[in-house]
Amino acid sequence: MSLQLPVIVVITPLVISFLVFLSSWWTKRSVFPLVLAALTVSLVAASVLLKAVMAQGTIQYWLGGWPPPWGIEYRVDHFNAFMLILVAALALLAAIYGRGSVEAELPGRVELFWSLYLLLITGLLGIIVTGDMFNLFVLLEVVSLAGYALIAIGRGNATLASFRYLILGTIGACFYLIGVGYLYIMTGSLNMEDLRVLLPPLYGSTAIRAAFVFILIGFGIKIALFPLHAWQPDAYTHAPSAVSVIISTAMAKTLIYALIRIVFSVFTLDFITANLPVFDILRAMAAIAIVAGSLFAIYQNNFKRMLAYSSVANVGYIVLAIGLAPLTPFGLTPGLMHILNHAVIKMCMFMVAGAFIYKAGLVDIRQFEGLSRKMPYTSFGLILAILSMIGMPPSAGFVTKWYLILAALDAQKYLLVGVIFFSTLLMIIYFWRVVEIMYIRVDTQSSESLAPPVDEVPPSMLMPILATGVLTVVIGIIWITGVFDPLVSAINTSFGLEARP
Amino acid sequence: MPDLVVIITAKLNYWVYIVLMMVGLYAMIAKNNLVKKVVGMNILQTAIILFFISIGTKHNATIPIIQHAHGLETHAVQAVNYANPLPHVLMLTAIVVAVATLGVALALIIRLHRQYHTLEEDEILAQLEED
Repeated sequence: MSLQLPVIVVITPLVISFLVFLSSWWTKRSVFPLVLAALTVSLVAASVLLKAVMAQGTIQYWLGGWPPPWGIEYRVDHFNAFMLILVAALALLAAIYGRGSVEAELPGRVELFWSLYLLLITGLLGIIVTGDMFNLFVLLEVVSLAGYALIAIGRGNATLASFRYLILGTIGACFYLIGVGYLYIMTGSLNMEDLRVLLPPLYGSTAIRAAFVFILIGFGIKIALFPLHAWQPDAYTHAPSAVSVIISTAMAKTLIYALIRIVFSVFTLDFITANLPVFDILRAMAAIAIVAGSLFAIYQNNFKRMLAYSSVANVGYIVLAIGLAPLTPFGLTPGLMHILNHAVIKMCMFMVAGAFIYKAGLVDIRQFEGLSRKMPYTSFGLILAILSMIGMPPSAGFVTKWYLILAALDAQKYLLVGVIFFSTLLMIIYFWRVVEIMYIRVDTQSSESLAPPVDEVPPSMLMPILATGVLTVVIGIIWITGVFDPLVSAINTSFGLEARP
Repeated sequence: MPDLVVIITAKLNYWVYIVLMMVGLYAMIAKNNLVKKVVGMNILQTAIILFFISIGTKHNATIPIIQHAHGLETHAVQAVNYANPLPHVLMLTAIVVAVATLGVALALIIRLHRQYHTLEEDEILAQLEED
């Protein structure tokens, strides 16, 4: 049984995604329990996998029993197992939260939504476990197609946002496929581990360099790295609340994972440092993304759009950590931290944004007056997430920034330290505006009348908000105590990066 | 001039793929009509499919079916005599992906037309400005 775990993680949501749709012809009551069951199975399987990986090292699974490089291989090492648990847990939390908001926003189409949702999660988990370049392309497109459809079922300009994402996303996927084609011509292999072994004699080849650049730009579009982010704010803003929650966290982080995997596992550090100044370019692009994303966020009145631009800045943080990785003994540690931290923080924020839409129909920050008294617990969750994002010790956001600054100082990139401080200032500006309107500004017209009655979202939505809000602090403390250190140093070692606890 | 001819004819399949890819990318970026953008997207995907198919061919090679092949009784199977089937198999999957993407894109276009009564991007943006 435990031998089959890598495929069970992926297959369960796939099969149940179709069962959800079929069973809804018979009874609609079975839809949501099936979704929860599928995601729980995936989460449990992922947890068992992590335990097995920590004990015995990398787990290989040959689909259909065909050995690599001929067959497709699923390969689970420390990094995969960490990402599997993260994505499965986020998907479960988002599903629990999403039940209420989906029924409110998409009445009568609930089963179609959950079917697509499970398909999206299948693709994400598949991208994480696969060890095959072409399989990754197919799963990337499964994720993207489910994503286009999920965004398009939103109201207002959602269709246009989805169409733009489709055009740009297809260009990104095509560039990735071209890169894979070049690698295949040069090596005759599609297996990641096999490519890592076959590539070193070809490191000087122009075709391999072109393949790397194509793949980098393709993923740059998919993860919305600054100049290639054009699709992202519209998509996050107009998608239904539950979709914003999952695509801004699980999907964004999975695609960043895939980029890291290909950069460090397939091409390896030796190739990049010898041939292309990629890490310098990544650092520069990340710095621009951090500043520009934060500046754009200041000018937004739509809360979800502000969060979307904040995500552009935070993708910059993770890419900055990738760019610093070869220069310091910290390696990828700050990047791995921010993948987890930002996912939890942004999930909490988008859940709160969805709660405001659910209960009050409010998207404009200027209308948030008095919300702290109307929805005190939801607002409290948002405050926790904001404090964490800004970097108040000992929260998760603080730990990321602390390690990023240490890494930048270690690499003697003092300008980047300045960028991190500057972006923190900008973050304080745009989040303070929200806090000020919600908590401090008094409703001038009705100041004599009583405070508005408490009118909270249902517990199924409130619990995930508070859980992620508290987690943003707890995760920070966990990072400081060093519980994750064996995992993080194992990931750094597997990529040939020296690790320091 | 003869050098240029040699450069082009030696790798003709790559040149065809590059030209098709550029046509597709140009349409996706520069065209104002949404259907033309989707047509460009399809040209781009087709270019990549043709590129992959072309790298599977070999001179004087036959279809990769080993059973009942010529001279199988007396000779060992030589890979050089058979076209590489793997790119074809990969592209079978890529075609399915392309068709699915095309379907979603056309569905979105129908919805956009119902919403804005036009498929010209500048006219849609003008309507959004008014709101």
